[in-house]
Amino acid sequence: MKKTYLIKYVFLLFFALSTATVFAQTSVVSGKVVDETNQPLPGASVSVKGTQKSTGTDANGNFRLTGVSNGAVTLHVTFVGYQVAEKTVNVSGNVTVNFGLQPNSKDLNEVVVIGYGTQKKKDLTGSITNVTAKDFNTGDITSPEELIQGKVAGVSIVSNSGAPGAPITITIRGGASVNGSSAPLIVIDGTPLSNDGIAGVENPLDMINPNDIASFSILKDASAAAIYGNRASNGVIIITTKKGQAGRPVINFSTQVSLGTLPKEAPVLSPSQFRAYITANDTTASHQYINLLGSANTDWQKQIYQTSLSEKNLSNADNLSISGTAGKLPYRISVGFDKQNGILKTTDLQRYSTGINLSPSLFTDHLKINFSFLGSQVQQRFANEGGVISDAVDFNPTLPVYSGNSNFGGYYELLDPSAADGLKSLAPLNPVGLLYENDNRSTVYRAISSLNLDYKFHFFPDLHAGVNFAYDGSNQQGFNIIPAYAASSYPGSPDANGVDQTGSRSKYKTVVGNKTFDATLNYAHDFTSIKSSVTALLGYSQQDFSNTAYNFLSYFGNGEVTPNSVATLAEYPYSTNAYDLTSVYGRLIYNYDDKYLLTASLRSDVSTKFAPGIRTGNFPAIALAWVLSHEDFLKGNTVLTNLKLRLEYGVTGNQDGIGDYDYLSDYSLSNSTARYPFGNTFYEGYRPGGLYPGRTWEQTATANAGLDFGFLNDRISGTLDVYSRKTSKLLFDIPQPAGANFVNQIVGNVGNMQDKGIELNLNGKVIDTKDITWNVGLNGTLNRNKITNLSQIFNPDEAPVLTGGISGGTGNTIQIYKLGDAKGTFYVYQQVYGTNGKPLDGVFVDQNGDGIINNQDLITEHNANPQEYFGINSDFRYRKWNVGFSARADLGNYVYDNVASSTGIQRNFLNPLGIINNGDSNVLQSGLTGNGSNDLLSDYYLYNASFFRMDNAHIGYNFGKVFGKTGDLKISANVQNVFVITKYPGVDPEVAGGIDNNFYPRPRTYVLGLNLTL
Amino acid sequence: MLLIAALIVSSLTSCKRKLVLTPNYEVTSQQVYSTPAGIKESLAKVYGSFALTGNSGPAGSPDIDGIDEGTSDFFRLFWYAQELPTDEAVIAWGDPGVPDFHAMDWSSSNVNLLGLYDRSLYQITLVNEFLIQTTDAQMASHGITGQDLVNVHYYRAEARFLRAFQYWVLLDLFAKPPFVTDATPVGSVLPPQTTSRAALFSYVESELKAIDPLMVPPMKNEYPRADEGAVWALLARLYLNAGVYTGTLNADGSYTTGTVRWTDAITYANKVIAAGYSLNSSYDNLFLADNNTNGAQNENIFAIAYDGNNTQGYGGTTFMTHAPVGGSMPSLSYGISGGWAGVRTTSSLTSLFPAPKTQNTTNFPNNADADTRAEFWYDGQNTTISNITSFTDGIGVNKWRNVTSAGAQGSNPSFSDIDEPLFRLPEMYLIYAEATLNGGTGGSTATALAYINALRTRAYNGSVAGNITNTQLTTQFILDERARELYWEGFRRTDLIRYNLFTPGTYVWPFKGGVQAGTGVAVYRNVYPIPDQDRAANPNLKQNPGY
Repeated sequence: MKKTYLIKYVFLLFFALSTATVFAQTSVVSGKVVDETNQPLPGASVSVKGTQKSTGTDANGNFRLTGVSNGAVTLHVTFVGYQVAEKTVNVSGNVTVNFGLQPNSKDLNEVVVIGYGTQKKKDLTGSITNVTAKDFNTGDITSPEELIQGKVAGVSIVSNSGAPGAPITITIRGGASVNGSSAPLIVIDGTPLSNDGIAGVENPLDMINPNDIASFSILKDASAAAIYGNRASNGVIIITTKKGQAGRPVINFSTQVSLGTLPKEAPVLSPSQFRAYITANDTTASHQYINLLGSANTDWQKQIYQTSLSEKNLSNADNLSISGTAGKLPYRISVGFDKQNGILKTTDLQRYSTGINLSPSLFTDHLKINFSFLGSQVQQRFANEGGVISDAVDFNPTLPVYSGNSNFGGYYELLDPSAADGLKSLAPLNPVGLLYENDNRSTVYRAISSLNLDYKFHFFPDLHAGVNFAYDGSNQQGFNIIPAYAASSYPGSPDANGVDQTGSRSKYKTVVGNKTFDATLNYAHDFTSIKSSVTALLGYSQQDFSNTAYNFLSYFGNGEVTPNSVATLAEYPYSTNAYDLTSVYGRLIYNYDDKYLLTASLRSDVSTKFAPGIRTGNFPAIALAWVLSHEDFLKGNTVLTNLKLRLEYGVTGNQDGIGDYDYLSDYSLSNSTARYPFGNTFYEGYRPGGLYPGRTWEQTATANAGLDFGFLNDRISGTLDVYSRKTSKLLFDIPQPAGANFVNQIVGNVGNMQDKGIELNLNGKVIDTKDITWNVGLNGTLNRNKITNLSQIFNPDEAPVLTGGISGGTGNTIQIYKLGDAKGTFYVYQQVYGTNGKPLDGVFVDQNGDGIINNQDLITEHNANPQEYFGINSDFRYRKWNVGFSARADLGNYVYDNVASSTGIQRNFLNPLGIINNGDSNVLQSGLTGNGSNDLLSDYYLYNASFFRMDNAHIGYNFGKVFGKTGDLKISANVQNVFVITKYPGVDPEVAGGIDNNFYPRPRTYVLGLNLTL
Repeated sequence: MLLIAALIVSSLTSCKRKLVLTPNYEVTSQQVYSTPAGIKESLAKVYGSFALTGNSGPAGSPDIDGIDEGTSDFFRLFWYAQELPTDEAVIAWGDPGVPDFHAMDWSSSNVNLLGLYDRSLYQITLVNEFLIQTTDAQMASHGITGQDLVNVHYYRAEARFLRAFQYWVLLDLFAKPPFVTDATPVGSVLPPQTTSRAALFSYVESELKAIDPLMVPPMKNEYPRADEGAVWALLARLYLNAGVYTGTLNADGSYTTGTVRWTDAITYANKVIAAGYSLNSSYDNLFLADNNTNGAQNENIFAIAYDGNNTQGYGGTTFMTHAPVGGSMPSLSYGISGGWAGVRTTSSLTSLFPAPKTQNTTNFPNNADADTRAEFWYDGQNTTISNITSFTDGIGVNKWRNVTSAGAQGSNPSFSDIDEPLFRLPEMYLIYAEATLNGGTGGSTATALAYINALRTRAYNGSVAGNITNTQLTTQFILDERARELYWEGFRRTDLIRYNLFTPGTYVWPFKGGVQAGTGVAVYRNVYPIPDQDRAANPNLKQNPGY
């Protein structure tokens, strides 16, 4: 209460003084900035309000401002993750002012990065979550998004597998699109990244060293994101990298070593169980299957995963950064090295990275320059994951790894003497051979750099002009070698002389270059007489995206060139895909008396992915906020200290997920293995492309109501958001009337989809004393998705679109897009169970009662997306010790166990191909044969895969000063993927897309880390 | 400030932004049709779309979406629809919708039927585009003249033949598909109109008659392009089944036969027979890797060409050589790297042949059966089918082998070189005989008998031991002889329907209707349903009765 008055008073005083008085004499103001534990805060920014004077604290937290005008001045101190502090002092002669900053990630004065600008948290009108370095997840963080996994309501971050550098699926509020991309737009230091993949890099963000990141801003609703219009429908994540601070250089060194272990094997029969099962079930007179049992006992999964402690499952990461100010040039330079060994043998990733940030101010701070460069080289080795992992489940466990002879590299394979190549057709291959007889490596270079100039007009300081040039380029090259003796390369294909050759050596290369240019004008003015402040933005943006893939000759194992690659290379040596976006945008922020806030924005985008004439999308947004805690009726309330109500509406667009030239309907030539003969000549064929010239922007309209609240001076704070989102002109792959087009399905603007949800973020400082602090964060999200129309003209009987391909047989799908159901809904036969609770083999519910079980008896059941998901994190500090954890839970997400459905059936063990395979141990409980054609689509294999996962548990000790006055040393120990509680029987319940098929398990990782600051 | 202004201006002016970005790996239709080479490459796509599944062999850039690409092949799907619901074939696989064929309980959302329907209409759409782009006016605008223009006129007639052929496929299987020609603009916002079965019959008939004089004369075109012989052969086949195609399914479920055209069938069969085609001396050589050169090409009137290295896919004869190989069948003898253990035949087919003298593997491929057409594999197979999904229940078929007549493996162990004939001379003999026995004029029973005995003499390796007499020559005998001569070539369903034996309980085979002893099914299953997906996309379409 008193504080509020004080601040207001200070403000008034400051305005009065700064506008009215001119002083001639100056003095030096110096002091020290420390944190809540009395540790110095290097890099805090100290400025004299109302002037251009500013400096930063050095490594010991000291600052010194020269030439400060005498009289009453207000000193303003900011540091990322800490509350802003201000002190007014009367300067007459040199004075010393010390500051003790209080940490508070929810500080209302915290500066939050919004699109094309920043805003104080208290002034926000949109649904924006800000996560800064101090709140990042710790441990074995290898990719930037892992820093905020589980931290933000409404944001789901799931790694697709446990492979090093595996792609990570980020969805904000469930994703707004179906065929279009559901990935949010990621902007790094003003560079919007392309969502198009880079070949050879599974996760493009993996190219960025997480240690270089200072903060994330997540723009979740349309009013916040609409300023990015064109690609903002799935939300926007703005990443800001660390910058140099004033004062003498600060050197930070961190190193960590981690050990990855396999938490769980896929459940298969042990060799003895396998023998018993085959013996019990082989009813052939000749004991055809029993005769195939061998005498070895091989755990194939142990053969392919790292199980013993060795350097092969140790990973390490080292980072060194130096930051400071050289002359007038604040800088930060970092180098990083990260080596990750996958738990699947042979898979690994090495990243060398560097970050450079220069942020000088010229012309007495009228020109601010920020240059940022992030460069990295990533070397990766991939395995044939799907093949290796599935064959390790399937391969007969009574056979040995090695055959004792030199055929097929010495690996034991299933043979067929009557076959030309000697291998049993369609049988699984030795997984160890498959692993080692495949050398697939890539090297990728990526540079993301931006130059940002911000000029404040000398004659009109309320007006800023800014330009931003950004370039995101990558060059990726790789090769794949399969030796001629590898069983996987048989039967081979003919060379130029018609002789069959095996083995292969092939090469690939992709070059990506994405350019961004932004020009902005910013106007900000406080109209104190009418208690109003206005911020206005006008901008122009140009983005050019280009992706070129090169063709190369490929070779057989013996070095002969393959005829097909000669023909392909002759056609065209490379193919380039490119598109441009041109945009203008404007935004107005109006603040009345810090009580009523209004933000309105409009963006107009032109994309070359659409036909001329229908290229433009207009994306408006408006948001209102009412700060109730500033109203008289809440003033003085010591319990409810902050309360803000927000109402928002906005429209965003999506044009990702469609081809760059799709509207052109150009002709493309077939390749050399798809030719047709006339006489003695084979002709390539010209195929016309599908026609959908009217395709245009997918649009998402979001309405959001939110409440920001803080109790007991923000000891407990949080936000509550309710949203409803409707996507129209959905980019969706729809059937075309046969005969009317050159394709039978095409991505058109068809249909509507809606998402409704509630998000809650809660943060509490449970204990807040000098020696003990305990912070707890909780977040929860409820999201409901529904497809409301899927055809050009609304048709309640429209044919559903099948999706979600599964293994076992050919062409089976397990999911459906259907009117009235959520995306990711499963489409299954309803299993009938016997009185003993076991599924009856091949018996399903005849839904339409016609006496026939066919695809008209399939029903929709459950879906792959969690209905609710939660995050919890806790950090407890006692003096120099701290312990904490972060955990997540998903509820109502269903998983189809494709491993059990395709391998846990009698038909797989006693295989009609005349072989015996291992498979999922579910066969012992279910007894299913798998003989019926509908068995694969039984809902018996559908599991509620709700889970609670402890992502991280950590303990740390802060030694403080280790070299006299300097050298801040911290050590920590982490466990990643600590445990998972679930009823799901497979390897992992968290499967992107909801189909569990040969999942590369997420390792459990033990990490030791050391962090030294000089 | 000046720096910023300069930067803004320079970046705005240096980026003269192009309105239309174009790919370096694709071209416009104007470019394609401006050269004779480009036109022939378009024709290659028109033909190739019933041999290939997409622009990248064997898979990777499919023409048809929503179905496994390997299963979107024309002949494979046509074969599923024509053979699997009959006494000639059973299949072990449980792939979506596949077991429904033999069980005869397919629904209107069967993905294989959708694939076949889409494949046929896809080729029709390509033909329409080809015709739109190669009009005389278009050719004149591109400067295509002289012999090049003469060639284009032949291409156009052949394209129209391919369209007529696919409309015959749709007429036979789906009765009343959507109807589009080069008069219907592609990409039109209005979905295509439908047609009636009788009207479609008339269209195919008139179209074939219209292009007859425009085609290259029989056996005079570049192999394997269509010629006048192919037009006559399709007309003969169309007239043979005219009674079915013009008949109606009544509301009470009964069926009324339409107007038979036996005389017309004889007329066109005669034209083909007189055109110079000849029976190859060896039946064994008809479905081998070199059947485009080993003499079989003189018997084939029109074939789909495949090549192990240049025309790759997972359908066509690659399917015909791989899918029937399993159990103890030695893949080496089939010229392939390994079988797919899928399709077999039933005793209903094998019992039409004389009992083989031996059933051991040394008498490959005929088991020393007097009728050399009995190319079956018995070793390790159970003649009685008790479980359709077990490959070893049922009898193996050796008719397609990716080896040359000299015994060498085809050019690629994974993909077949065998060309698949859509029309062979024996079919014309059989049409002649059947139409004559049914009272058509223009033929004689003596000639019919001679034609049948020509087939049988060839089958019996030049011996007359298998020849029949005039009294043995009945329509039932013709049906059986068609099975013996043409089994697995995609005729059986059409033949059984023409003889009214497809759906009724009066003729059953193992697992007909999904019952081991065999059972009749509803008569409406004589035609397949219009796929649900297309009915949703095209409200003009009406479902066939019963579905």
